[in-house]
Amino acid sequence: MSIDEKIKEKITSFEELPDAPPRRKIRFSIGGKIGIFFVFFWIVMVFIGPYVSPYNEADILDESLFIVPGGEEYPDTDYQPPSKVAFLGTDYLGRDTLSRILYGARTTIGISFLATLLAYLLGVTLGIAAAVGSEWLDMFLSRFNDAFLSIPTIMMGLVVIAAVGSTIPILIGMTGLIYATSVFRVARSLGQDVMVSDFVEAAKVRGEGLWWIITREILPNVVMPLATDFGLRFVWIILFISSLSFLGLGVQPPMSDWGSMVKENLGGLPYGSISPLMPSLAIATLTIAINLIVDDISAHSGGKLSNRMI
Amino acid sequence: MAPLLEVDNLKIDARKDDGSLTPIVKGVSFNVKPGEVLALIGESGSGKTTIALSALGYTKPGLEFTSGEVRLHGQDVISMPSEEKRLMRGQKVAYLAQSAAATFNPAMTIGEQVTESAIIHGQLLKEDAENRAKELYRALELPEPERLGKRYPHQVSGGQLQRLMAAMALCGNPDLLVLDEPTTALDVTTQIEVLKAFKSVIKQEGSAAIYVTHDLSVVAQIADEIVVLYAGEVQEHGSAEQVVSTPNHDYTRRLMNAVRPPPAAGHGDKIEKSNNEVPVLELKNIFAGYGKIRDGTANISVLENINIKISKGQTVGVIGESGCGKSTMARVMSGLLPASKGNVLLRGENLKPDLKNRSRSELQKIQFVFQMADTALNPRQRIDQILGRPLEFYLELRGGEKRKRIAELLEMVELPQDFAGRYPDELSGGQKQRINLARALAASPEILLCDEVISALDTIVGANIIELLKQLRKNTGVSFVFISHDLSTVASFADHIVVLYAGKVVDQGTVDEVLSPPYHPYTRLLISSVPELRVGWLEESVDEIEELSLKRDQGFIN
Repeated sequence: MSIDEKIKEKITSFEELPDAPPRRKIRFSIGGKIGIFFVFFWIVMVFIGPYVSPYNEADILDESLFIVPGGEEYPDTDYQPPSKVAFLGTDYLGRDTLSRILYGARTTIGISFLATLLAYLLGVTLGIAAAVGSEWLDMFLSRFNDAFLSIPTIMMGLVVIAAVGSTIPILIGMTGLIYATSVFRVARSLGQDVMVSDFVEAAKVRGEGLWWIITREILPNVVMPLATDFGLRFVWIILFISSLSFLGLGVQPPMSDWGSMVKENLGGLPYGSISPLMPSLAIATLTIAINLIVDDISAHSGGKLSNRMI
Repeated sequence: MAPLLEVDNLKIDARKDDGSLTPIVKGVSFNVKPGEVLALIGESGSGKTTIALSALGYTKPGLEFTSGEVRLHGQDVISMPSEEKRLMRGQKVAYLAQSAAATFNPAMTIGEQVTESAIIHGQLLKEDAENRAKELYRALELPEPERLGKRYPHQVSGGQLQRLMAAMALCGNPDLLVLDEPTTALDVTTQIEVLKAFKSVIKQEGSAAIYVTHDLSVVAQIADEIVVLYAGEVQEHGSAEQVVSTPNHDYTRRLMNAVRPPPAAGHGDKIEKSNNEVPVLELKNIFAGYGKIRDGTANISVLENINIKISKGQTVGVIGESGCGKSTMARVMSGLLPASKGNVLLRGENLKPDLKNRSRSELQKIQFVFQMADTALNPRQRIDQILGRPLEFYLELRGGEKRKRIAELLEMVELPQDFAGRYPDELSGGQKQRINLARALAASPEILLCDEVISALDTIVGANIIELLKQLRKNTGVSFVFISHDLSTVASFADHIVVLYAGKVVDQGTVDEVLSPPYHPYTRLLISSVPELRVGWLEESVDEIEELSLKRDQGFIN
């Protein structure tokens, strides 16, 4: 009998009862699965949207396309209902709504994603720094952050865009900065929780440097809640960018983005046009889908997550 | 007499993720007669709390009743509609949770909370309920019964809160009390007060009780009947007298053996040592505390003028009640909390107070073993990463050498090799504590600071860890600082004892010196407060303990 076997035998003779059930795998509910489907769909569209779309986003459809036998010689091309020519109808200038939504996926999701990444890069770096750093650093960063937080986001957006104009890099930078403030708070409080745990203390007694403590002890333990928060934050940013576009301050024509599409086509509502509804639907499917996934993940982590994220 | 509560072939299962059922309670039956105290005893995971909660018709989320009945006054409480269950709880059955501190609402006065359930159920009018509460405060020997109700939970001590919770449970005059480990979180000296109060109040009110605990000596003091549980099954059931004096079942005997003998001279392990040698670690006139430090004294001073020497291979046991500064002392030694005044010497050389300024080899020689293995191991690191890091960090071992050493360490703490690939979540409490020890040993230290390493563990598991520690001491020659609030444990393991009270060393010397007459009065209080494993001990010793506590409170030390 090898030593290992002897030890094993000894352990079974302890009859020590198991302490905790083994780690559970995430199981997605039907809602979660639907969420995954839609998110996956839109991610694919970000990459292939422009190649599968029937027209270019800026193309104003030719009226000849809409001529039906026995109909008018020069039909209106704007606010056309869905037809074989334009599956989701046309907008106020007679552009194909479907094509604009597919092109817009790239702009809307792309800008929001980059802005979320930027918000995370800034927020997590500074938040963790505040959590592990000295009291003074924490005080300075937190008060500075509070000051930023006190400005309403849309106001802030209006002022910045009024001052420097609306280009895509500015849009990303500004949104990232605005949302970094809330990420900072989440990261800081998560970091502080882990910072006082015994295993971090054990690392400190061992004499580990700050870099090891941050990368090996703290980050692995905050990454899950942060990832869930990433999803939610992404949703907020999509809505933020869309509302800026709705105000006419976001993505500039002729580029399409979902928020500005809703705004441009509002005039069609009285005529029963579906052109403002379709981009809204796109925004809704994506944001609700992300929420469904996040719900499942936080249910898996025992609801603790959602409490900490408020 | 007809039994008050009948538990009849009770089975409770846990539903797993994939929908399959795992039995937690496997057909348990027992009766509780009116006015009788029945103890459920077993290790964690034995299902004792689950069974006790079934008396309220309640299971924790994820568990379900599969068969059997729990009848209170002949009526099955499991199948009862929830509205009836609500009426029954608080009126007929009351529950006392383990930690009173976590159970009280800090924003309500004590009086409001004690009388709340009786008033809500409409049993008593507000005024009557308040009078009843005052009566109970008196019966539980709480201070200032007239004014106590106006205070808030943070204004009373832990032991008092535990007794107030009993008052809360008893206020509605229930027929049955369910007490879940009500004294486990308390100091020995406080535990005695609480036990005594419980016992007399149960007798006075004539209510029956189910007492859940893992501590056999406590049970011997309070229970009439004992049910010994293991893995959801009854192993032994009998009167307290019979189970304690002539246990029939193997498992009960195991439990009895794991109970450490009452502290007395001659139990400690002695190791030969010469006194001329330079001590491995020495504390010289140490003052320490929290808050701002001014002129060498901290705002909140915890330790005052501590002098301790630890020689090579020696085990120093540090004992005291919670709040006496035991853990603070270990933190000063390790440098986690810089002392405000005084010196820490390693092999006769001054150490910097703050660990940030200590060199790596100095850090290596003093290793800290944290109390809670659950929180001391990073849940996101595998065992081989946890054990490998100190090897890399201090000894610069890499690759094959490191793996070999990890295997040796696992063998040293008697765990199989394949544990290296596991995560801490996949281990039991005792196994985690072993890994915790192995991590400290990985640094090849000269001195190990063990802070309450077995207090969170079950009796049998704790006894195994103590055995392991003894073996490690023999094989490695490391010195130990062993901090505990449990005098029996310290007496059986240490060869030198330091008694701390309110941040000062009140008594120190070899185990034989400290634990044989003439005792220091505080040491005597600690010794006599350790419950002995026999029926009737509480009644015999309660007077002496009270007299000693009174002396302590009057300040015999200063």
